[in-house]
Amino acid sequence: MAENISLAVIGGGPAGMAAAISAYDSGIKDVTIFERDTELGGILNQCIHNGFGLHTFKEELTGPEYAGRFIAQVKERGIRYETGSMVLSISPDKEITVVSKAKGLRTVKAEAVILAMGCRERPRGALNIPGMRPQGIYTAGTAQKLVNCEGFLPGKEVVILGSGDIGLIMARRMTLEGAHVKAVAELMPYSGGLKRNIVQCLDDFGIPLLLSHTVTDIKGKRKLEGVTISEVDSTSTPIPGTEQYYECDTLLLSCGLIPENELSLTAGIKINGMTNGPEADDRLQTSTEGIFACGNVLHVHDLVDFVSEEAARAGRNAARYITEKGRKNNAPEIIRIIPGNGVRYTVPCTVDTANADEDIHIRFRVRNVYKGCAIKVGNESTELISKKKRITVPSEMEDIVIKPELLRSAGGDITVSIEEGQV
Amino acid sequence: MTRNMICIGCPMGCELTVEVEDGKAVSVTGNTCGVGKKYAETEVSAPTRMVTTTIMSDSGKPVPVKTGTAVPKDRIFDVVKAVKSASVKLPVKIGDIAVSDAAGTGVDVIVTKDTE
Repeated sequence: MAENISLAVIGGGPAGMAAAISAYDSGIKDVTIFERDTELGGILNQCIHNGFGLHTFKEELTGPEYAGRFIAQVKERGIRYETGSMVLSISPDKEITVVSKAKGLRTVKAEAVILAMGCRERPRGALNIPGMRPQGIYTAGTAQKLVNCEGFLPGKEVVILGSGDIGLIMARRMTLEGAHVKAVAELMPYSGGLKRNIVQCLDDFGIPLLLSHTVTDIKGKRKLEGVTISEVDSTSTPIPGTEQYYECDTLLLSCGLIPENELSLTAGIKINGMTNGPEADDRLQTSTEGIFACGNVLHVHDLVDFVSEEAARAGRNAARYITEKGRKNNAPEIIRIIPGNGVRYTVPCTVDTANADEDIHIRFRVRNVYKGCAIKVGNESTELISKKKRITVPSEMEDIVIKPELLRSAGGDITVSIEEGQV
Repeated sequence: MTRNMICIGCPMGCELTVEVEDGKAVSVTGNTCGVGKKYAETEVSAPTRMVTTTIMSDSGKPVPVKTGTAVPKDRIFDVVKAVKSASVKLPVKIGDIAVSDAAGTGVDVIVTKDTE
C-alpha cells in the first residue's frame, strides 16, 4: 500500500530546500524532501568559493555556508528529509517510486510534487570534439567534486574548454592546488561566465582566455597527452592554419548545463525545447496539474539567490494548490508570454491573468551581447514595460517584475523582446 | 594615470574608471554602489582577495575553509600553503578557526561547513 503525504520535494539542493521551507511556512507541514546524495545542500557543497547570498543574506557566503543556512532552517522546522533516496519515477497522478538503502523500494503518493532536481553538465559526448578518447577529460564540476570533496587533484597540466563560471572557478582552484592551467578556450567571442570571475580567477593568475577558440583535436591513447586549439570564424568554424598544440594531462569541460528532466518525462510533463526544462505557468506549475518546478531543473540560473527566490514561490504555490483544491477559482484567462527578438526563452510560458495575484517574474536569457538596448514587454496594441539596459549578456539571467493588473490590461498574449539602438 | 578595472564586489561586475595619483585613487566612476569605490581604492593601492580552499581533516576528507577577511593579493599562495600544512580534527562547525593568523597575515582561516 502506498504511503500518503501532502507534498514531495524531489531534490535537496538550494531549490528543494527553499521550496520545502516556504511550503511548510505556508501551512503544509506534511512535506518530505527526497535527496539522492548522502547530505542536503546539492551542488553548493562542492562550490567552496565565496560569492553566494548577496541578495538573500546581504553578505557574501561560500556555497557550503549558503547551503548551511537553509539546512538549519529545514532542521529547525523539523521538515522530513530522506538522504540516500533516489526517486526512479513520478506518475502523472503523483505516485513516486523511490529506492533507498534504509527503506528499500517503495511508492509514495503525494497531493503535490515540487521538482528541484537541478541540472547536469554537458559532457564530452554532447560536444562532438574530434580526437582520441583517453583518460584525463573531465567536466569542470566533476573535477570540482574530486578536488573539494574527495581531496584528489585530477592532473597537473590543465587546459579548460568553455568559459562558464564553473570552468573559471576551477581554473583558479586547480592553480591554488598547485596545477598549471595553460589556457581557457571559449568558442564564442564573449565569455560564458561572470566578468568578476574573469578578473579574480584568470587575470589574477595570468591565465589566458582565448575567445573564439575551440579544441579541435585530442591526443593520447591511454592518458591524455595534449590538445589542439584552433581559432574559429564568426560561424564557429575552425580556421585552418591557426592550430596550436598544448601539452596537458587534463582537459576540463565547462560547456553549459542541461536541466535534468528524466523524472519530469515519466510524469508526462511537457518540456520546453529552449530551456530543456518543463514549461511552466506563472505559479511555476508544469503541464501536469499539481507538479511544480523550480531552480535549475526549470531553467539554468546564474545566481543561487534567484534559485532560492523562485523555489520559495513554487513552495507557496504548491501549498496553495493543496489547500485550495476543490475551491472555485475565477474562470482561467490564459495568456502566452512569447520570446521575441533577441530573447531565447521566458519562464513562465503562460500566465493565468484571471487568477494571478502575486507580482509576476518574467525570467529570460538574451541570445547575444546587446549594448545600449531596451527590454520591451507588450504586444501590438500596448507597451507594458520598456527598460533601458547599458548591456545585456547571455551569461546573465534577466528578470522583469510585472504587476498582474498591468498584464491583464494587455488583453492578450505578450512578447518580450530586445530593441537595439537605445541610449 | 587612468586605470580601467572590473569590480569584483558582486556579480554585476561594474566597469570602473579610476584616476590614480601617487598610487592613490582620486576619482572613481562607473560604480553602482559604495562597494565599487572601495574596491577601486584598495585595488590601486594594496589589492586584496578572499581565499577559499580546503584543509585536510583527520578522517582523510577535505573540509572547506575561507579567510575571515580578504588578504593581500600577493600573499594568496602563502595562505594556501599554511592551510595545506595544517589539518583539523573532526567534528568541526561553521565559523571554527582552522588556522589562526595564516602565514602571518593576521587573518584567521575559518571552517565553512559543519563536518562530522
